[in-house]
Amino acid sequence: MAELPQAVRGFGVTFITMFKKVVTEQYPEDASKYPPKPRFHGRHQLNRWADGLEKCVGCELCAWACPADAIFVEGASNSEEERFSPGERYGRVYQINYLRCIFCGLCIEACPTRALTMTNEFELADDNRADLIYEKKDLLAPLLPGMIAPPHAMVAGTTEQDYYANKIKGASPEQTVVGS
Amino acid sequence: MTITNNTGSDLAAVETITVVIDGVAVEVPKGTLAIRAAELIGTEIPRFCDHPLLDPVAACRACLIEVEGMPKPQPACAQVVSDGMVIRTQNSSEVAAEAQAGVMEFLLLNHPLDCPVCDKGGECPLQNQAMSVGRPESRFTEEKRTFEKPINVSAQILLDRERCVSCARCTRFADQIAGDAFIDLLERGAKQQVGTADDQPFDSYFSGNTVQICPVGALTSSAYRFRSRPFDLVSVPTTCEHCASGCSLRTDYRRGVVTRRLAWDDPEVNEEWNCDKGRFAFQYQTEGRIAAPMIRENGELRVASWPEALNAAAEGLRAAGTAVGVLVGGRATVEDAYAYQRFARIALGSDHLDFRVRANSDEEAAFLKSAVAGTPVRTTYADLESAPAVLLVAFEPEDESPIVFLRLRKASAGRTTVLSVSATATRGLEKMHGTWIPASPGAEAAALGSLDSAVLDQLRQPGAVILVGERIASIAGGASAVQALAASTGAALSWVPRRAGERGALDAGALAGLLPLGRPLSDATARSEVAAAWGVSADSLPTQAGLSGESLLQAAKSRTIRAIISSGVDLGDFANPSLAREAFESTGFVLSLENHHSSVTAIADVVLPVAVVTEKSGTFLNWEGRPRPFGEVLRDALMMSDAAVLGLVAQSLGANVGASDVPALRKQMASIGAWQGARESAPSVAPAAATGGVALATWRYLLDEGSLQDDEPHLAATARTAAAVVSAATAASLGNPAEVTISGPAGAIALPLEVGNVVDNAVVLPMNSAGCVVARDLGAGYGEQVSLRAGGAA
Repeated sequence: MAELPQAVRGFGVTFITMFKKVVTEQYPEDASKYPPKPRFHGRHQLNRWADGLEKCVGCELCAWACPADAIFVEGASNSEEERFSPGERYGRVYQINYLRCIFCGLCIEACPTRALTMTNEFELADDNRADLIYEKKDLLAPLLPGMIAPPHAMVAGTTEQDYYANKIKGASPEQTVVGS
Repeated sequence: MTITNNTGSDLAAVETITVVIDGVAVEVPKGTLAIRAAELIGTEIPRFCDHPLLDPVAACRACLIEVEGMPKPQPACAQVVSDGMVIRTQNSSEVAAEAQAGVMEFLLLNHPLDCPVCDKGGECPLQNQAMSVGRPESRFTEEKRTFEKPINVSAQILLDRERCVSCARCTRFADQIAGDAFIDLLERGAKQQVGTADDQPFDSYFSGNTVQICPVGALTSSAYRFRSRPFDLVSVPTTCEHCASGCSLRTDYRRGVVTRRLAWDDPEVNEEWNCDKGRFAFQYQTEGRIAAPMIRENGELRVASWPEALNAAAEGLRAAGTAVGVLVGGRATVEDAYAYQRFARIALGSDHLDFRVRANSDEEAAFLKSAVAGTPVRTTYADLESAPAVLLVAFEPEDESPIVFLRLRKASAGRTTVLSVSATATRGLEKMHGTWIPASPGAEAAALGSLDSAVLDQLRQPGAVILVGERIASIAGGASAVQALAASTGAALSWVPRRAGERGALDAGALAGLLPLGRPLSDATARSEVAAAWGVSADSLPTQAGLSGESLLQAAKSRTIRAIISSGVDLGDFANPSLAREAFESTGFVLSLENHHSSVTAIADVVLPVAVVTEKSGTFLNWEGRPRPFGEVLRDALMMSDAAVLGLVAQSLGANVGASDVPALRKQMASIGAWQGARESAPSVAPAAATGGVALATWRYLLDEGSLQDDEPHLAATARTAAAVVSAATAASLGNPAEVTISGPAGAIALPLEVGNVVDNAVVLPMNSAGCVVARDLGAGYGEQVSLRAGGAA
């Protein structure tokens, strides 16, 4: 075999590969066949408590931790009339600039209320810069059954401590009345 | 600038002792606290309650140190060092380090873990201390003590009792510095908490300082609540634009918007304090601004381009010739005021200038020209502190110059006697431990002429000071009497205007008959000096003093003045708002340089937008005459200063007024220099006698309806509510009603009646507070006659 010319030997590799298993993934046609790994760092999500109130308190620790300066947060005060999160403070403005984000996940580590986590969504391409700055409305977790869109009151008779202790299991009937 | 060197000799006389700290010998003045002595060798002992301007209290125990010969660790913040004392801090002593760590653990036991939602997070001494020396894990497994959070101690100040470490900084500040002991420590042990009496909120003019000195996030302000984090902010040192105290401030902004202002440390002026107006009133800088030039067409203002508006301005001014009045307002920087008068004198050939948009008189103008304009710094805050006696005339420091008040209060705790010739002894005077010299409003001049010999003796002592407020203009013979009193006793005389720009405008020469830096217009040498600096021929400057004050308005009303240029002026500020309105409406052309729509822009033919203080650099002169320069905070605002806009107007007029940038204006003023020639002579107006009937005593309260306090609901809610204050005898003569109606030429106001230390037959009213706008509603001014009757229905 050593006598075979170099050019023919090269075709040998091609020939053998023809009988190997295909590794090419058909993206985007067959994207669903190849989900990212469960711990893949994708787009962020702002989570909610079981009754729909936001977990984000607007503390800006994520912005503080961000090495790429991709996060902008502005806090504001909750009031009895307009409550977005349990406790005194909520995030009025929340933006992540995906042109800057390096998906390192330091923001997730910094978040004191587990409000910010990362999803597996990685399809973040767009054709203009402005649309790659995700606002709070783009990042908030969808409302699951049993959740009501804030602003609304906390579950009657509970405090913010009960929320943090995970004692709230869903919106109560009174909240439905307030929220509807 | 005069520098008094008596402090130098004091220093030389100080007795020093030597102490050994961590093995390092250090020489300190006798009476020094251990914590300060340690600072001298660069050792920082942890502390929360310690504050250099407050009395030691040793409340937080964070600063425990080991002192040789003492059985237990001692608090360094209260331990006065003695000669030969051997001190070991946490750096060299196991005992001290352990004691401090123990205290730290105790302080954190009940401290909530809510740093993420706390406004202090990121700049919190407790947080820093916990991060650097605190235990990584808490050993406290029990439930923390909780309180309802937060509670309002006033509309502006919020208290979170869970976070409090009971350091007593806020209560000591309120008691020792401000004199408003509305907050105090209540309860004991773990339940110890700061609180107010049920019916008395913490409505102190200085309450914001407690937020700044709180070493944890227990005290926060409604206005700044959750607005930003320390790392978001860009900080710029600035000067407060609200009054003539001249406080040094730190302005913090985030993304082109000012989020808060703090008092900055300037030991010679405001020490580390400022008032709530200076701290919280800044929303006006963002809300409701005029963004583009406007011209009036068919009776309506419409937005115009700069060239169009400048042409319209030039056309209007050209038609008026030299008969143009220029009203600078009291809020201009020195450079802007200087640019106004230079523009008036070069481009317009007019000397009709005034900056006194408030009650004023010719006597006051003469007083300012003879005794104040262009004078160097003579009496300083430090002089007030060391003065044996300070006489206040027509001046209520707490409302009209709060830092003067704080300094006088500090001085009065020492050897200074504060005396006030006034219609009323206010609570402010009480806080300055002052002596009241009663005088009917408007008749203070007569009272000054007949002071008793004991008072005169006090004023004859070296270092005695007379402080005279802006209301002196409303008192016939007042300025003459004050100047005569100062001359006869040798006391130093200082004028304390209320607005930040007045002293600067005076020195800049923005007053008819007065060239820059105190030069009389009538003096040919003065004119030629100024003309040389301006690069114009001396003959081209006006030689006759123009009109000012009420005569300027009268002339505009009769159309002798055919155009008015105004900046920072509101018609309601004038002593006679209806005359001012007629003047602005009758005159041919009104050019307004403004940042907000006002009663003047509603009349103006051309409105040109100008920068607010955060968008430009400049200088204010405070009441001492001390320059308080400040730089631009928001560099991207793209707004022009008054001086720059005037430069453009001059160009459109085809006149060359010279460079209008701040460095050039400062350089030009410096090249003109101080005036060495003769000054105008002091006024001599006979004192007015007290007339029959009820006289009105009124001044602007610190927190009121002033336009720079717009859009500040929390601040406004801490303002004093308007009430009519009379003496017990006057109240009795009305039958002690709950409410009175005060009537003047223009109308009547009904207010609750309060009895206070007021001279008989006088009534004290706020000048511009909610429900009591004196000039508009009554049509009467300070010292004028009003009538009182019981009952509310006006």
